[in-house]
Amino acid sequence: MSESTTWGDRVRGEVRMRWRDWAITLAAFVLALLVGAILMIVADPQVAGNFNYLLTAPGLALGSAWTKVSTAYSALLMGAVGSPQALAATSAAAAPLICAGLAVGLAFRAGLFNIGAQGQAILGSMAAAWVGFSLPLPPVIHLIVAVLAGLVAGAIWGGIVGWLKATTGAHEVIVTIMMNYIASGLLAWVLTTAAFQRPGRDDPISPEVPSSAAFPQLYEQLHLGFFVALLAAVVVWWVLDRSVIGFSIRAVGANPHAAGTAGMNVGRTTIITMAMAGALAGLAGVQAALGPSVNGVPVPLTEGLVGTVGFDAITVALLGRSKPVGIVLAGLLFGGLSAGGLAMQSVAQTPLTLTLVLQALVVLFVAAPQLVATLVPFLSARKARASLTGADA
Amino acid sequence: MKKSLMAPVVLGALALALGGCATPPAATTAAPAGSASPTASVTASDYKACMVSDSGGFDDKSFNETAYAGLTKAVAELGVQKNQVQSSTDADYAKNVQAMVDDKCDIIVTVGYKLGDATLAAAKKNPKIKFAIVDSDYIDPKTGKNTAPANLKGLMFKTSEPSFMAGYLAASLSKTGKVGTFGGAPIPTVTAFMDGYARGVAYYNQQKSKSVAVLGWDTNKQDGTFIGGQSPFEDLPGGKKVATNLTAQGADILLPVAGPSGEGALQVAKSSNGKVASLWVDTDGCISQAQYCPVIPSSVGKAMDLAVFEAIKAAKNDTFTNELYLGTLANNGAYLAPFHDWDSKVSADTKAELDKIKADIIAGTIKTTA
Repeated sequence: MSESTTWGDRVRGEVRMRWRDWAITLAAFVLALLVGAILMIVADPQVAGNFNYLLTAPGLALGSAWTKVSTAYSALLMGAVGSPQALAATSAAAAPLICAGLAVGLAFRAGLFNIGAQGQAILGSMAAAWVGFSLPLPPVIHLIVAVLAGLVAGAIWGGIVGWLKATTGAHEVIVTIMMNYIASGLLAWVLTTAAFQRPGRDDPISPEVPSSAAFPQLYEQLHLGFFVALLAAVVVWWVLDRSVIGFSIRAVGANPHAAGTAGMNVGRTTIITMAMAGALAGLAGVQAALGPSVNGVPVPLTEGLVGTVGFDAITVALLGRSKPVGIVLAGLLFGGLSAGGLAMQSVAQTPLTLTLVLQALVVLFVAAPQLVATLVPFLSARKARASLTGADA
Repeated sequence: MKKSLMAPVVLGALALALGGCATPPAATTAAPAGSASPTASVTASDYKACMVSDSGGFDDKSFNETAYAGLTKAVAELGVQKNQVQSSTDADYAKNVQAMVDDKCDIIVTVGYKLGDATLAAAKKNPKIKFAIVDSDYIDPKTGKNTAPANLKGLMFKTSEPSFMAGYLAASLSKTGKVGTFGGAPIPTVTAFMDGYARGVAYYNQQKSKSVAVLGWDTNKQDGTFIGGQSPFEDLPGGKKVATNLTAQGADILLPVAGPSGEGALQVAKSSNGKVASLWVDTDGCISQAQYCPVIPSSVGKAMDLAVFEAIKAAKNDTFTNELYLGTLANNGAYLAPFHDWDSKVSADTKAELDKIKADIIAGTIKTTA
């Protein structure tokens, strides 16, 4: 930006940038839905077969394609946001993704690639579930202790990585990936021990978590855990933007050498960041272990309980540009795709794999704004004009 | 801008020119009778049968796929409507079963013991809907009493019986005097195969005064070799590694009990130039894994398709009960598959002995479990 640009030019540039960001996100959705529609048509032999008659009987081909695609997409939309129940399902699916996304995003801000949210979430779910099914505590206290146990377990698991990085220089990507393996191995093992395995069962499954330790159900699948996730986002925003440690985190993320020269303790910041990230990922595990499912009780601890939340979290964090608000929105988007994906399967008989591909397409296009700008000529023209004003940093 | 629009337009025009000129068949033949719609031979019914898979998915060439075959058979032969949902994580089960309840299904079949909790809860909450679950039961281990609600049927399979026969067969075919087995993960539905197999080998040794060794399963310790890891049943390289390991120790007949991962053992057998052979489980491997047929002496079948079909049929005909279905050699719910390409390699004596063993197992004079 040159010195001569006036304040007014800058504001106008900012507004154009905002507009362009939103337009690109919207275009990304449209493109993803278009590609998804083509895949759906090609994947269905009956519908694809009708395209042999496109010129002689266009109504048949286009009609069947339209029915196929519109049924699937309206199911997706209805399943995600179409009713209060759908919104509740979306919130339940989004809660763990927001927590784990914050874990990855916070570490990104300190220049750390936390690939270990998966392992940290596994540890969080293990600790929270164990407190839930083994400690006989009164309601409210039981829930609080279980949540804290999950946070601490995740923080320790993440903190180990930060400590190794700070003291030995071990790269956090390798260490977190290895910690993921250790965590899943540990979970598989504890589920065979008397402390975790359900009495009378010989497969790896824990007892059910009683309602005293579960997040209270508020409406259908919406439970208190969703608001805990939002609270976590607020806390992360406050830490990053308003606290001293947050300033260190951002400074270390921008340039660790400069931060060190300026008198900040880089090692300490790394450890604190990874412990906080671990606690947030642990909270994602807590959501999985204590959040009531549709049948009103939390899903018991098994090897696959947290699913792939730690890896989805990387996408959520990237999509949210590592900012708390962005991560909440990205988490809600993913939650909606997950809730709507089930409706696509059950209502529109779209295979699960296509649902997953569609989710991947949305992320692909949203995460690659340059690609969208290239594909949609209208937006790239805008971009050229915007950069003329100097606002395209 | 002009250029970026050109490519799709040209492609679209080409597609139209190439594919768009055929004439559609007349309206009366538009719906081919028999294949897609069962209206021709079977009267279509409003009865709706639904299925929820576990995390393996309906295309796993093994467990879920066989159960799903039972559902498609019911559509073709009973004219029922169907719907299905695949699960991707353990947290999906309750949601997915609920989605099928919301879809107004009359019977919901869930696949895999992992869905046990979710199925039981849904069955209690929806007494008017029938439920059946593959590979799970609600028998109290202490009292032996069936605790399932009236609308929930467990479908179990005594796979130790055909596995016992497979062990006997493997021991008779082994040239090295060592046979092997491995599982995906140490869960009862997997170890039942391995244990039955080892007992079959032991029976062979006892009958023939031989000492064929079993690698990968210890009957006394009730423990053995497993792939393990994050997704033990979807880890083909892992299966290959374990199979290579067992053959390196001298095993020449393998029994992989690991779903799709077991294909690793078939690959090892195929590349061994006839030195190693591998059995298959759940389905007849010569049909589901046809390209490996020459290295598959036989398979330990688990007729989940039959059990699912029968459960749907009973529910539709109002003869459904919560009584446990147990697939055995006696009712063909568990079976040793034909020898196919190996028919000439299995001696007439062995075939006769296997028939005798089958009869003895059915009669109860041979025990295939502890």
